[in-house]
Amino acid sequence: MRFADLLRFAWQVLGGYRSRTALILLAMGIGVAAVVAVSSIGEGARLYVVNQFGSLGTNLIIVLPGRSETAGAMPGVLVGKTPRDLTIDDALSLKRSPAILRFAPLIVGAGDVRVGSRTRETPVLGTTAEFIQVRQMDIAQGLFLPPGDPRHSQPVCVIGSTVAAELFGARPALGEWLRIGDRRFRIVGVLAKQGQSLGFNTDEIVVIPLAAAQALFNTESLFRILVEAKSREQIAYAKADVEEIIRLRHEGERDVTVITQDAVLETFDRILRALTLAVGGIAAISLAVAGILIMNVMLIAVTQRRKEIGLLKALGATGQQIRAAFFTEAIMLALGGALLGLAVGKLGQVAIGQVFPDIPFTAPWWAVLAAPLTAVVTSVLFTVLPAKRAAMLDPVMALSKR
Amino acid sequence: MIRLTGIERVFRVGDEEVHALRGVSLDIAQGEYLSIMGPSGSGKSTLLNILGLLDRPNAGRYELNGHDVTGLADDELARVRREAIGFVFQFFHLVPRLTAEQNIELPMVLAGIDPAERRRRLDKLLADYGLEARAGHRPDQLSGGQCQRVAIARAMSMGPTLILADEPTGNLDRHTGQEVMAVLERVHHEGGTVAVVTHDPEIGARAHRRIRLVDGAIAEDKRS
Repeated sequence: MRFADLLRFAWQVLGGYRSRTALILLAMGIGVAAVVAVSSIGEGARLYVVNQFGSLGTNLIIVLPGRSETAGAMPGVLVGKTPRDLTIDDALSLKRSPAILRFAPLIVGAGDVRVGSRTRETPVLGTTAEFIQVRQMDIAQGLFLPPGDPRHSQPVCVIGSTVAAELFGARPALGEWLRIGDRRFRIVGVLAKQGQSLGFNTDEIVVIPLAAAQALFNTESLFRILVEAKSREQIAYAKADVEEIIRLRHEGERDVTVITQDAVLETFDRILRALTLAVGGIAAISLAVAGILIMNVMLIAVTQRRKEIGLLKALGATGQQIRAAFFTEAIMLALGGALLGLAVGKLGQVAIGQVFPDIPFTAPWWAVLAAPLTAVVTSVLFTVLPAKRAAMLDPVMALSKR
Repeated sequence: MIRLTGIERVFRVGDEEVHALRGVSLDIAQGEYLSIMGPSGSGKSTLLNILGLLDRPNAGRYELNGHDVTGLADDELARVRREAIGFVFQFFHLVPRLTAEQNIELPMVLAGIDPAERRRRLDKLLADYGLEARAGHRPDQLSGGQCQRVAIARAMSMGPTLILADEPTGNLDRHTGQEVMAVLERVHHEGGTVAVVTHDPEIGARAHRRIRLVDGAIAEDKRS
């Protein structure tokens, strides 16, 4: 039997039992669509989290004052002791590490920002010129803070896009003066829109030089130091250097916490990938159910088409040809269902994407590959028994008049 | 061409053994036209099934065209059926979803004959059996006589040496039955070997050799 004839024969069978064919396609399609849709939701969530962390900056190390871990041997030592402040000098000393590309000390506070009669309370960030590179932000208009010694400052500021819109409306903000508390700052730049990033909206901040923020909030102590390592490989060295440099400066006391963005990111990545696999696996169960449905239908088909199978044998069909006909039919059903499912899954993914435009829903390649493959493999497996039965059918019995 | 020697066929029905054929020996020459008659349960159909290699004897020897086919494996039997034997059944056994043409084509499809050759043979068969106008019709759009003509054309499609017909007129009115017999007889006139199992004495009498089975044994073997 020629392969083209085998396909045509199976096609004729599928066309001959339309409602049956449609129902199996539906079952297979739902199974495949479920796998694709569910895994793309999981993958979307993973990518969303990864992107959120990525938008903080790459190769990022965050230094914060205070030790969040407790020493194992003598936990009481730190009790009652205020951790040493993180200072500008601590930050500047980090320049010594060869693994560190750049860093930005950070002071955060809230301030009443005034322009003429308009007032708005916004988060105020005190930092240095490197901040924009470390955090990978963009300037929409003007410039960022000028580089220079962080201990001395000029009365300039950079404002977020929302702040600009709220305080100035359609008027150009660049070059205007604004007042924070009792100090005046000239606006030298407006940040590009970036939106929410891990619960912190950069469109609503005002950035001023570090020394100005120290004076404004009357503090010497830094809130954070953001450190960018030279490369991904250098992150571990940079972290060790930061710990060592600051320990030496703090009289041998390990009183800062150093977090690498990588570690956090990897944990999230692992958890969400496992989650996606798990829900994808659960959806794959529906594929197995569809496979059993195919077996059921094929077993019925053997009974239903007893006469036909007997006839084919009388006309000289070998057992192998009968089996091949059944397998071809099953594979065509599975492939048809898989295509239908991929299309429906893709549509579903686009639909969810419309509802949650922030989350990048994409079906992972393994799901797009595995779902149709599982569909075909299960239907082939579940057709073994019916096909064998059909091939073994005794033609005399099958053709008997009763 | 065909030589049956001491064919036995025993069916087991529950605890009981039913002897459908008891030591049947029969020689059929190329180009013979024979009928097999006998009362119900006399073993007519069993004999036809064994002749058609659909069933295997429990004992005895079957030679077809000089080859012993008794011990062949199932798939080899299928191949012999395909090449050498054409079946015509009482209930036509056409595949309902296929057109007349596709039904006729089926043995050639199973044999893997290429489409151009199939088309050539199909055109000839459709013309020979007066089915050109019905080629694209499905069995439910054909009359009984047309269905049986399709079945005969199908049986002839591989150019078999032996045509076996099991009650070919059993499901047709008398007139149509005569018509179908005429078609079968034409096959015989063209050199085919035709064996017809029938209940109908009138149909049986048309054959040149008439075999009568009683209780699984040949009771009568008349030639004219």
